[in-house]
Amino acid sequence: MGDYEIPEELRYSREDEWTKSEDGRVTIGVTDYAQQQLGDVVFVELPEVGRSLEKGEPFGVIESVKTVADLYAPLSGEVLEINEALVEAPESVNDDCYGEGWMVVISIADPADQSELLDRAGYLQHIKDRADQDQ
Amino acid sequence: MRYIPHTDDEIRDMLAAVGQPGIGALFETIPEKLRWTGPLEVPAALGELEVERLLEGLARSNEHAAATPWFLGAGTYAHFIPSAIDALVSRAELTTSYTPYQAEISQGTLQTIFEWQTMICALTGMEVANASMYDGASATAEAALMAMRITRKSRIAVAAGVHPHTRQVLATYLGGLDVEIETLPVGEDGRCQIPALRDDTACLILQQPSFLGTLEDLGEAAAAARAAGALLVTTVGEALSLALLRPPGDWGADIVCGEAQSFGVPMSFGGPHLGFLTTRSKFMRQMPGRLVGQTQDGAGQRGFVLTLSTREQHIRRERATSNICTNQGLCLTMATIYLALMGRSGLREVALQNLAKAEYAKARVRESAALELAHEGPTFNEFTVRVPDDGAAALARAREAGLVGGLDLAAHHPELGPAVLVCITELARREEIDRLVQALGGNAS
Amino acid sequence: MRNATRGLAYEEALLFEQSQPGRRGVDLPALDVPEVDAAALLGQAFREEPAELPELSEVDVIRHFTRLSTWNAAVDLGLYPLGSCTMKYNPKINERLARLPGFALAHPHSPAAQVQGLLQLIYELEASLAAISGLDRVSLQPAAGAQGELAGIMMIRAYHESRGEPRHKVMIPDSAHGTNPASAALNGYDVVSVPSGSDGLLHPEAVEAAMNGDVAALMITNPNTLGLFETHIGRVCEIVHAGGGLVYGDGANLNALLGHSRPGDMGIDVMHFNLHKTFSTPHGGGGPGAGPVGVKEILAPFLPVPLVARDADGQYHWDEERPQTIGRLHGNHGNVGMLVRAYAYIRSLGPEGLRRCTEMAVLNANYLLSRLRGAFHVPFEGSVMHECVLSDRLLAETGVTTLDVAKRLIDHGYHPPTIYFPLVVAGALMIEPTESESRESLDRFADTLLDIVRETHEDPQAVMAAPQRTRLSRLDETRAARRPVLRWQPDPKE
Repeated sequence: MGDYEIPEELRYSREDEWTKSEDGRVTIGVTDYAQQQLGDVVFVELPEVGRSLEKGEPFGVIESVKTVADLYAPLSGEVLEINEALVEAPESVNDDCYGEGWMVVISIADPADQSELLDRAGYLQHIKDRADQDQ
Repeated sequence: MRYIPHTDDEIRDMLAAVGQPGIGALFETIPEKLRWTGPLEVPAALGELEVERLLEGLARSNEHAAATPWFLGAGTYAHFIPSAIDALVSRAELTTSYTPYQAEISQGTLQTIFEWQTMICALTGMEVANASMYDGASATAEAALMAMRITRKSRIAVAAGVHPHTRQVLATYLGGLDVEIETLPVGEDGRCQIPALRDDTACLILQQPSFLGTLEDLGEAAAAARAAGALLVTTVGEALSLALLRPPGDWGADIVCGEAQSFGVPMSFGGPHLGFLTTRSKFMRQMPGRLVGQTQDGAGQRGFVLTLSTREQHIRRERATSNICTNQGLCLTMATIYLALMGRSGLREVALQNLAKAEYAKARVRESAALELAHEGPTFNEFTVRVPDDGAAALARAREAGLVGGLDLAAHHPELGPAVLVCITELARREEIDRLVQALGGNAS
Repeated sequence: MRNATRGLAYEEALLFEQSQPGRRGVDLPALDVPEVDAAALLGQAFREEPAELPELSEVDVIRHFTRLSTWNAAVDLGLYPLGSCTMKYNPKINERLARLPGFALAHPHSPAAQVQGLLQLIYELEASLAAISGLDRVSLQPAAGAQGELAGIMMIRAYHESRGEPRHKVMIPDSAHGTNPASAALNGYDVVSVPSGSDGLLHPEAVEAAMNGDVAALMITNPNTLGLFETHIGRVCEIVHAGGGLVYGDGANLNALLGHSRPGDMGIDVMHFNLHKTFSTPHGGGGPGAGPVGVKEILAPFLPVPLVARDADGQYHWDEERPQTIGRLHGNHGNVGMLVRAYAYIRSLGPEGLRRCTEMAVLNANYLLSRLRGAFHVPFEGSVMHECVLSDRLLAETGVTTLDVAKRLIDHGYHPPTIYFPLVVAGALMIEPTESESRESLDRFADTLLDIVRETHEDPQAVMAAPQRTRLSRLDETRAARRPVLRWQPDPKE
């Protein structure tokens, strides 16, 4: 298993998104593990501002040269902002996945949803379990 | 067998190396009841000389454009093909190479495709082009599917002036999806009557020039499409017309697709030809087919690669923009060579010759007492002629006069009455045109 | 020796960069009719400025494309072991015959009576493909395998609809070609992926578990993309048929079966042929191919129109009156030029020659496997058919991947095998030598691969830096995809 930067202060989905919650606004991106798996990201397709997302629904697409992956909403809510800069600079997802590489900000419908997200230890365990299954 | 190198000794040694007692043992993983033991019911093998004689015999019985003055177009065009094209595409490096997945040893094919993409964009007035579709008909169907993806709507408005076979292929391609196809009628002037489109329309499809040879009003079409939030798809049957007609992109078309057989590709009884598809940069990621892009190698030298491949079936599988894989690569190479030979002024001149000869023919038709032009508006190299008796009889007269005279429109456009679609290219000589007009008119002229 | 070292290797700019105003590569005859005023005739539709095409002489153009051609690998230069692509030798007689004016300059709208030779060729090629596959009718209209597949799935859909029971799902094994799910989706079907077993084969239990009344078809490739004959195919087809479904056969690997096993006898109801694989028509740098689609009698009413029929008096005509047809799939009659080549090939080989092709293709694949086993990981053991799949697992500790091995092969003058496919094998190298290769040729290729494996352990960096002997080194695909440059544009500074 590789070496991944998984910050303590964030919460994670099983589909490899990170979330950061501040006053009912949740910023979402993909984890260091996800960006390493994908390789060089070449394109990110994001939803329109104002769209309401159901938890678990695909809301965007992230592409590297040879693969393509769906982005799944880790929480239900409405899209408040999208990171337009990723259109011109998709490499931010590789270079700074927890910073410049953020994808959307949503307002969450039900704060209780967040209780199902994983903390750092839980997410690292999830990565490990998945890797073991693939062996 | 001349194509298989193995000698008996080699086969014996190779079988020993793989640990098998005989050839039959290699097929023992096939369950016994599925093994075919009899001879295949195909004709016995022939030597090269015999094959040559056999196919030369079959070829001899077909009428063709090298033996007969040719006025039949209708989507497949007899044009002059410079010898340089066949000399080049006969090179094994172009003929016997595969799809350029391994870029470092496929730069010849990749650079050629990049050059094609550039030139077809210049001709259509668009910003991106793919590396070919099967033919104009499937390119049009793929354009409709693309418009549905972009607009997320599922109604297609198609002009009756689109080639009937293209409309049939469109219907076949869309048959498995929840789509409504609406056909817009041809008016008295031979042009599409464009109504206000419904808001649920994904695209309006027009052919320019139309199947009957007339020129559609692309400005009006673009406005109608825009008003309904639909895309304008322009399909081109006679690519040479692009040299002389205002590019569809300038009129506001969103997708320009069609058939580029006219650019140096032999008619070949209808295939292989060269479908093309071009669009605006903003729709690039919704395109079907392969795309070649420019990049660099490790030392910063320019090179080309297949790119944006995540749209394609080998990566995105059931969510791909199309299922196309093998395309019409070598026909694209022919067309690229053709356009390079013709160049800016040559292509314009060929197109002008087509126009001038067609206008000459139309003038002869106007003079004929027996014939009549079905439409008086402008045309490029193809137009519809009303004949006195019936289309088949008129074409039979032409054949007796040693000419292939055009297409009988009875099956496709009975509303026109007895009529023939006539195509005049740069191959036509004045005397032959005179003879054609005479023959089509028959005794009455 | 001052000039050539390894022969002549040229640089060559784009056409547009070589353009000189006033040059031309074609002279036309003088116009023999009055000139016209195009602007006046065409009015608003007139194009004011000619399209910006390059201006070059015939010599410029010949040198340009001749030089470009030298940058390509090709079957005529050497072994081209792309798995599932069947890069066999393309006979030259076929090329010459397809260029006969009676074929190359014939028109698709000529009346049938004027093109009897072409109709006869189509009729006889249909019969041969039916005999080879064990199917009843074949449409030669599809322009490539993927279009044949599309037609096949359309016929399956039409069949179910004609019985008043539309179905919504298509089963596809996880080792399938990407065109399979894409073709199913184009028909509005949902794709159900069926896992292959640990032996690489599709097992009846897996199919049984996925089969139900909503499954329209199973799409299967046999031999599969691992080069293995699907030994349970008979049972698998029975299960699908018992559930009211049909079986689609992907014909990409038909070169493994000629004269030894017929898909129709396995229970396959409809399949496509790749004439550019099995029947030797050249790949042309990506096409054109031809993808005829063959069916059992139950699907014949749905075939694309038109077909060719033969009258009692020996005349051939187009058969358009087929009320249940899925319709027309091609603007004309398909890639007829490719049909001429495939017809010439089948007539050249005859039943024994076709059978021999398959035998030598299978022998070659097994021989290569025997030479490479041990140096490379073999994910699924057993006797293979016409191709074999290896993986880079044994190289893992060196850091060298399948991609590196592929690129290093280029330095040794070989086109790499198909890589990273099938998806069920991590780091796959899929090798299909075809029957065209002699034992010496296979030995040279195997020796080269073994040398690369040795180098991988001794000097992995050299392998990872490959290709080093090509005009260009490894190209930056990320750069191409992040900021796509898809056509040449004049430099605004100039």
